[in-house]
Amino acid sequence: MGVLWTGLLLLAIGFAAANGRLAALTPAALDAARAAVTLALGLAGVMALWLGLMRVAEEAGLVRALARAARPLLRRLFPEVPPEHPAMASILMNVAANVLGLGNAATPFGVKAMQELETLNPRPGTATDAQALLCAINTASLQLVPATVLALRAAAGSQAPGEIIGPTIVASACGAVAAVAAAKVLARLRPLPPAPPAEGR
Amino acid sequence: MLRAALDALSVAAVPVLLAGVPLVAVLRRVKVYPAFLDGAKQGFETAVRILPALVAIFVALALLRASGALDAAAGALSPVLEPLGIPASVLPMILVRPLSGGGALGVVGDVLRSEGADSYAGRLVSVMAGSTETTFYVLAVYMGAAGIARYRHALPAALIADLVGFTAAIIVVQLMF
Repeated sequence: MGVLWTGLLLLAIGFAAANGRLAALTPAALDAARAAVTLALGLAGVMALWLGLMRVAEEAGLVRALARAARPLLRRLFPEVPPEHPAMASILMNVAANVLGLGNAATPFGVKAMQELETLNPRPGTATDAQALLCAINTASLQLVPATVLALRAAAGSQAPGEIIGPTIVASACGAVAAVAAAKVLARLRPLPPAPPAEGR
Repeated sequence: MLRAALDALSVAAVPVLLAGVPLVAVLRRVKVYPAFLDGAKQGFETAVRILPALVAIFVALALLRASGALDAAAGALSPVLEPLGIPASVLPMILVRPLSGGGALGVVGDVLRSEGADSYAGRLVSVMAGSTETTFYVLAVYMGAAGIARYRHALPAALIADLVGFTAAIIVVQLMF
């Protein structure tokens, strides 16, 4: 990200110099910095509303309820994980927290799931199919309501900030299905090599 | 048909959650109001936390625009981008999204500001940001936590998911609006 950002800045300044537009850069930079702060502060109200509501959802046990509902599907997606293994519980909570958009709760569950899956790993240090799948699912967005984007749209003065919710859910679902399909197909194409023989000393 | 269903979903999602979540919580004897206030406190923190990234991205994109580089890139790439339905202003999204969550929000904010929240570009960039994740960050955190050095197919699978998510965003936004 650092290289990309620096590259963008250098590109802009080089381009402006070549075009004789250097004079436009200073006001543009200052104006943009100010606009960023206005927008960030405009987010605060919607984010407070949303995070408050999601805390209520958490305390009402909605994450657990959702995790229970997702269990049959996730057992099928992770057949190599024993259903009663602690890794399964962490995977369920991770997915449920993601669906509710509770990023702060989803990450610790996901990290725990990865560590518990590692205890089932015949080749520690090399990702198992289950670990790769869990990562792929987490890199596809599962959240139902994209609260931060909604907040940005409201702060930017959209007439209908919520009109993107339905389309976002469809696009997210496509991404999630693609993540699972890609992980499953790639796992079959290049299977995990068998465990190395135990070193007898 | 799909359009009507998605419109209904967009309209109903927030009101249903706003009414339903507190109702379920009250029925389960949760102290709803203190819980709400406790969570809402983080709203301001969130705004402050993403502020630095918004400034960084806004300034970079404003400079690119003021220098004429964004227009030049748009002109050069338009034969490729236009048939794909990608406005040039949305291009930075595809570059930044997998790398930085705050950066992606910065791109969303920049497009909403420069093209309008209810423009095609504004809607597309919103759906793209909402339907994908910060792939490299997630992989680094999750794999790192388990001490895994060899990711095997996790990265290609995740990038395929991003690509499908972006493509689906373009198709759905064109169908819907």
